[in-house]
Amino acid sequence: MKSLDPRVNRINPDIEGVSNISLENPDEWITYEVFHQKRRGEQHIHVGIVHAPNPEIALILAKESFGRRRQTANIWVVRSSDVYSTSYDDQDIFMTTPEKTYREASDYYCMDRIRKYQKEHGIVNRKELKEAKEPDTK
Amino acid sequence: MNSKYNEALKELLYKIADDQLIIGHRNSEWTGLGPIIEEDIAFSSIAQDKIGQSRHFYELLHKLGEKNPDIIAFTRSEKDFRCCHLVEYPIGEYDFSLMRNFLFNNSEHIRFQMLCGSSCKELSGLAKKYTGEIKYHIMHADTWVNQLGNADVEANSRMQSALNECWNLALGIFEEGPYLEILREEKIFSGEEELKNSWLEVIIPKLEKASLKIPDTNTWEPSLGGRYGYHTEYLKPLLDEMCEVFRLDPEAEW
Repeated sequence: MKSLDPRVNRINPDIEGVSNISLENPDEWITYEVFHQKRRGEQHIHVGIVHAPNPEIALILAKESFGRRRQTANIWVVRSSDVYSTSYDDQDIFMTTPEKTYREASDYYCMDRIRKYQKEHGIVNRKELKEAKEPDTK
Repeated sequence: MNSKYNEALKELLYKIADDQLIIGHRNSEWTGLGPIIEEDIAFSSIAQDKIGQSRHFYELLHKLGEKNPDIIAFTRSEKDFRCCHLVEYPIGEYDFSLMRNFLFNNSEHIRFQMLCGSSCKELSGLAKKYTGEIKYHIMHADTWVNQLGNADVEANSRMQSALNECWNLALGIFEEGPYLEILREEKIFSGEEELKNSWLEVIIPKLEKASLKIPDTNTWEPSLGGRYGYHTEYLKPLLDEMCEVFRLDPEAEW
């Protein structure tokens, strides 16, 4: 498609010599995943990708694409092909059946047993201990 | 504060701000035409940074009694501009624009480092404020020059021709102005010659690392005149275009 801007010359895939460009196997730069850190010490969060021929160029491009409009302490770039992922076909591996609450802490009722143990051993719980130290002056 | 001091300071500020405004405007011509979208964003953003920096220097000039920043930027004639020839040239191909940025930004970085110690507090304040921004500008230029200089034969020869083309223009950055003595005496700025020597020390190793060679010293012929209002044929059309809208109605509220 010809651009309306006279300064733009787009590659015409029909012309001789460039017909071997294929979308399946493009002779192009690679993609880098960009991770952004807001403040030092916080986690890096994935924000998008940039195209670049190497990590150095990826970093200078990521700085402007993802760092210029938000507070930034640090940026990581990682070659997309170095990221390993699970398959969406296997998404069912993350399904938890409702019958597995015994695997969650909230399913355990044990305060009565803790209190009984404390009483038997004369252990005052933390709240009572605090009140004992600072008696009500009223 | 005596008037000679003021004149010297203004001269220096005009030179810095005009370089920034003109290279910023020139580089903005790449917006929408950059080689890939991420680079288009980065290059355009750097161009905007330069224009933003020039605004602060024009504001400082306004405090020293000059007209307001918009009037200074958009209504002066070519003769009143103090920019060097390097920033006036058309954008050319991307190799030229990258090389120009490399040579100019490295000089600006060193100039600002020198100005951080200036006796003029407003000026040293501005220099410190922009250190980080300019550090990214040289990081961007250095990375590209290194990448392309060490890529294939075509890329290397394009960057080498761009360097040859830019060289004498770049030497024109360091044209000494009329107030060198007073700038030194008052410890405002220690001069273009010192800046040029530091610049050479910085850029030569970077260019060598990028497999590029600066032209032989016997061919050096700095492109002079810009700091005294004598410009290349390219500045006038740039100003006409840049100022076209503003000049339709200089009183308009934006």
